Amino acid sequence: MNLRKLTGAAVAAVLALPMFASGANAYELVLPTLDYRTGPYAPNGIPVANGYTDYLTMLNERDGGINGVKIKHVDCETGYNTKKGVECYEKVKNTPPSGALAIQPLSTGITYQLIPKAAVDEIPIFSMGYGRTSAANGKVFPWVFNFPATYWSQATALVQYIADQEGGFDALKGKKIYLVYHNSAYGKEPIRTLEAMAEKFGYEFRGLPVDHPGQEQKATWLQIRKEKPDWVLMWGWGVMNQVAIKEAASIRYPMDHFIGVWWSGSENDVMPAGDAADGYLSGAFHAPGGGFPVHDDIRKYVYDKGLGKGDRDRIGEVLYNRGMVGAMWTTEAIRKAMEIHGTKEVTGKHVRDGFEALNVDEARLEELGLGGFTYPVKITCANHEGPGKVAVQQWDAKAKQWNIVSKFYEPLRDVTGPLIEADSAAYAAENNVTPRDC
Amino acid sequence: MAFDIFLLEVIISGLMTGVMYALVALGFVLIFKASGIFNFAQGVMALFAALALYDFLAEDGWFFAVFGFTLPVWLAIPATGLIMVVLAWVIERTVLRFMVKQNEIILFMATIGLAFVLEGLGDILFGSDVKPLDIGIPQGASDWLLDNFNLYIEQLEIFAAGTAAVLVVVLAIFFQRTRIGRALRAVADDHQAALSVGVSLDKIWVIVWSVSGIVALVAGIMWGSKSGVQFSLSLIALKALPVLILGGFTSVPGAIVGGLIIGVGEKLAEVYIGPMVGGAIENWFAYMLALAFLLFRPQGLFGERIIERV
Amino acid sequence: MFYRESGQLKSSYIADQAMFPIAQDRWFVIGVLAVAFLVAPFFINEYWANAILLPFLVYALAALGLNILTGYCGQVSLGTGAFMAVGAYASFKLVGFFPELNFLIVLALSGVVTAAVGMIFGLPSLRIKGFYLAVATLAAQFFLVWMFNKVGWFYDYNLTGMITVRPIDFFGIRITGPEATPAAKYLFTLTVVAVLALSAKNIVRGRIGREWMAIRDMDIAAELIGIRPLQAKLSAFAVSSFYVGVAGALYFAVYLGSVEPVEAFDINQSFYVLFIIIIGGLGSVLGAFLGAAFIVLVPILLKNIMVGGMGFDSGMAGHVEILLMGLLIIFFLIVEPHGLARLWQIAKEKLRLWPFPH
Repeated sequence: MNLRKLTGAAVAAVLALPMFASGANAYELVLPTLDYRTGPYAPNGIPVANGYTDYLTMLNERDGGINGVKIKHVDCETGYNTKKGVECYEKVKNTPPSGALAIQPLSTGITYQLIPKAAVDEIPIFSMGYGRTSAANGKVFPWVFNFPATYWSQATALVQYIADQEGGFDALKGKKIYLVYHNSAYGKEPIRTLEAMAEKFGYEFRGLPVDHPGQEQKATWLQIRKEKPDWVLMWGWGVMNQVAIKEAASIRYPMDHFIGVWWSGSENDVMPAGDAADGYLSGAFHAPGGGFPVHDDIRKYVYDKGLGKGDRDRIGEVLYNRGMVGAMWTTEAIRKAMEIHGTKEVTGKHVRDGFEALNVDEARLEELGLGGFTYPVKITCANHEGPGKVAVQQWDAKAKQWNIVSKFYEPLRDVTGPLIEADSAAYAAENNVTPRDC
Repeated sequence: MAFDIFLLEVIISGLMTGVMYALVALGFVLIFKASGIFNFAQGVMALFAALALYDFLAEDGWFFAVFGFTLPVWLAIPATGLIMVVLAWVIERTVLRFMVKQNEIILFMATIGLAFVLEGLGDILFGSDVKPLDIGIPQGASDWLLDNFNLYIEQLEIFAAGTAAVLVVVLAIFFQRTRIGRALRAVADDHQAALSVGVSLDKIWVIVWSVSGIVALVAGIMWGSKSGVQFSLSLIALKALPVLILGGFTSVPGAIVGGLIIGVGEKLAEVYIGPMVGGAIENWFAYMLALAFLLFRPQGLFGERIIERV
Repeated sequence: MFYRESGQLKSSYIADQAMFPIAQDRWFVIGVLAVAFLVAPFFINEYWANAILLPFLVYALAALGLNILTGYCGQVSLGTGAFMAVGAYASFKLVGFFPELNFLIVLALSGVVTAAVGMIFGLPSLRIKGFYLAVATLAAQFFLVWMFNKVGWFYDYNLTGMITVRPIDFFGIRITGPEATPAAKYLFTLTVVAVLALSAKNIVRGRIGREWMAIRDMDIAAELIGIRPLQAKLSAFAVSSFYVGVAGALYFAVYLGSVEPVEAFDINQSFYVLFIIIIGGLGSVLGAFLGAAFIVLVPILLKNIMVGGMGFDSGMAGHVEILLMGLLIIFFLIVEPHGLARLWQIAKEKLRLWPFPH
């Protein structure tokens, strides 16, 4: 188990030593991650970190890095704690030789910490599908990227899915849509959007907060049992997800009317509830499962050589894929940066330009062994969120797997647009930022 | 659903939740009663016990790796109990033995160190994934009640309440009727006097930590069945705090009654007052409730009367 | 040999009552301050400032505050996190209302606001004692954090409920946000902490400090000799909360820059500061600093040794770090239950005799 892995890592480290020594003066691309493998959120943090790391290892082993330049992956343990995150960031940001090329904070709190620092330190932040939603506005946040979709886009997508099930937006009138949320900055993100849509479509909205860590949610679910909302959305994290799904099953809430955010839709979340979780839904911006060509490459070049971070049979879990796709977009941005600036020795500044010109289309996905894994992403100077599309996936408890059951919904930009505009304007005013022209 | 049924549901759920809190609080009380130590590690002990139990039952555990088979539930639980006894013995040998007669806050800090050690050890030995724990306790709503009376009660919690009742009776018999139990009470009353009539303090401490380790195992099973075994399990200690303070640190019945009061109080508050002020008031309401009680009875509901002398 | 007070004769009461009556102590403190003020700023980089020195100073200040209450006056508090939050939100709102106000005044006012809140939650201490008193401060902990998270006015009704510091200049030098230089942040914090620490040292040896200690040692006896428990306890809550509030404001504005109440000021924060004073030494100003050094710095040190020096996997290092931290705490408590400050004192006793053993 873990001790075995530790021994493996130690042996690998010893074997790797001569390699480092020989290549000491070669340029390397430093990609740090702020992981959390300890603390209450570790069960979620571990697969994300594994996916990210394995993809980078695979690139190094298969292609010798990006365009022949090795990637140097540096990880730092945050325990999902902001203070440790700050320490980690300061520690990794100047790692030689290239300095950090992009930061994945992997926590809403840490992202907020780092947003003002990014511009000063000239390191782009890639908060993939989390963090500050209004950072989608590239005019105010030139250094922050939160594609492929934000929480607000996701909220609109989930409401569209509900509308489809109910038979159109008109059918939403008078329906009750409740939100069970982690009582923190992260959980509160979708509320404004859901309220705005409630006004627009005429459904009744109510938020039910659950305090960290969320092992006791009886009061919340008794209220849901009493008021019988037509749909329940959930913005949960950690143990809160598992308990909520169990409670929902206990009160016989129909699972196919219960939709989690994409952070509440992993194998970890549904397994403890067993068969009762069958039919539970969650948002997604990439496919589940480990059957893509890229997974085969990871097995072949990483796990067969004993370099894998996690367990071989857990490749392809939802959160593993989440980490992996993040690594893919980051490395593609680096590739783009090399192309734009005509150098292999890119810096954080170059990579920012790479992110801004990122264009991973169908053909490119196919080349990467990720055909059909996610949708094409194109980033522009003004729009750092990209397409913002979100699909809904469903848990099949018998087969123990997630399946995507809807199309990818375009976000309702007329809802999110003004909110993003207002929030980023407020940030700009508070912090004396002059928006760029795009 | 009629209004009064809903009220009944809230109250019953509150009582049940209270019992779940009380299970955790019981472990605190036992140790505090016998040694005056506020054991910060109680929550982590529950986590550790649940992790160990899972290890005996699962095919990806150490036990399976070493022996090639897994234990049935009826054997795994006593085996885990044994581990908790060994743990108690180790704790006595390496920590408590050196801390006799220290100030209570120093002892409290030592248990914090202990909590860190167990937390790190648990992660290193068993990994940090969520481990679904299923030892055959019925789960989900009670169908019979739901279908016939439209009353929702969680079966796991009925089971937990039953277990708690048995546990309290067993503990009561243990304290009142056995030789060791009497010795325990003697130590709780007066360390010095107990020592002078030949009670071995070392032995008593091992026993009391073992008993509270087994209580932690029970709490770990109940909470672990509810949410899967994972780190967050150790945080239930925080939910036991108001129960403990309300019931009195030294009283077994206090832990139960305190649990019931806190459970019902916080559920009623959350359901009826929560919506008016934005929700999530359970946590602080529990403490406010305990505070209100304490203003009238500063030693907790069942705590020993504080006699002040100059 | 070097640490000997013989021959240091006092010829006036003022000299006898000096804060550091022994010359070596005086020179030691002056030396440490000189290095901290005059040498360190030239070598400081962002890692040292943001990851090590700022958290160390801020936690030392918070621990100083808690030590006044718990170590000197004997009232256990588990509400430190929430009182830090009061200071942080007070400074946030004050800067919002009066952007031109000198930041030192903002800090002082934040402290005063926290002191007022602290006194309210200190009232039950007149009736409830010992561990039971923790319930009052725990109520404060959970209630205040809930309030800051829920009531929009506190976070200016923004979308997520996080507060972010505005850029603040102190006599023309930027001290908050990413543009502030590490040296500026460090020096500002150091000045505040040094002044408050010296004041604390002075308060606790004065009349009021002695009242607190009398209450701590036996409150009934203290009452009998004419100390008013109401006044003594509430003043301890007030002074303690003032320190904690200032620490909270620095924690938010200078150290972190943006905070979310639920995470930054949760119950763990309260426990964390309590660990610091127990490990450092209850009832000791020096203890607050030693404890902060231990609790804040040792994990970072362990991590850097394991990950950087020994090539550990960062996740495994995280687990081992927690384990070792626990072992170290137990080890130090067994070696010296009264904290690091007491160890220091013993070292001084030994030094006094050195090199002759008797």
